[in-house]
Amino acid sequence: MIAVAAFYILSAIAIASAFMVVVARNPVHSVLFLILTFFTSAGLFVLLGAEFLAMLLIVVYVGAVAVLFLFVVMMLDIDFAELKAGFFTYLPFGGLIALILFGQFVMVGGAWIEKSVSAEAIAAPTPAAAAVTNAEAIGRILYTDYIFLFQSAGIILFIAMVGAIALTLRHRDGIRRQNVTAQVGRTREGGVEMTDPKPGEGVVL
Amino acid sequence: MIGLSHYLAVAAALFTIGVFGIFVNRKNVIVILMSVELILLAVNINLVAFSSFLGDLVGQIFAMFVLTVAAAEAAVGLAILVVYFRNRGNIAVEDLNLMKG
Repeated sequence: MIAVAAFYILSAIAIASAFMVVVARNPVHSVLFLILTFFTSAGLFVLLGAEFLAMLLIVVYVGAVAVLFLFVVMMLDIDFAELKAGFFTYLPFGGLIALILFGQFVMVGGAWIEKSVSAEAIAAPTPAAAAVTNAEAIGRILYTDYIFLFQSAGIILFIAMVGAIALTLRHRDGIRRQNVTAQVGRTREGGVEMTDPKPGEGVVL
Repeated sequence: MIGLSHYLAVAAALFTIGVFGIFVNRKNVIVILMSVELILLAVNINLVAFSSFLGDLVGQIFAMFVLTVAAAEAAVGLAILVVYFRNRGNIAVEDLNLMKG
């Protein structure tokens, strides 16, 4: 009973906040509604018994992606009112496309018959929840059967990191920056001067 | 009782909202990127729902990879956006014609 109520509440909040993401006037509000959508979807994942993925969703999406969006939205000086201007021009066409797409989903759902899958078709059966936790069960197949996919996921992230840095890094001339060679190449003769100041006069550098 | 089709309905709604967002925010590339994230989230919900109801863990593994690709896509997309803003001073995607494509 609680699970049913939780499902309806979470999915209602998820859909409503997803709608607010696309119609919000201020992109900062859009990002905050996106965070709410991700949190409620993480709740749905917990209901489905995928706790590890729920935590991953919060860590990756809320912790990294949404904060990145927030950074960019707040860093760039953009007139968002101007960008929002064409909203009502595109609304009928976008609504029509969305309606057609949703109608297709409904038609697919109507034609779809739920059947049980034969045991040999299941690649990695979920172990009993009492015996093994969700994270451990995922780890058991992720690091064995799917190790190459796991490694390529790492490579994708690495390439994305290198690409993002290479795109945004810029060398500006005319600013003082650390010169390691000059720093290490200093000698005692160049760096230290012995003086013999008289009392009360100080040192002229 | 909540069945597989309930989760699929939620995912379909989120997917539709994401596509709708791409169409109505044609000038604002930041919201377009957020709509793409919504679409990928809908796909993830589908994968996890099927994984849970069929008793097959591979769906969750694939959802993890979708998550990885979504994070990489957001990082590179926002980096391109920052560079574009630095060169042009705005982010209006309608007049993206620097490459004459």
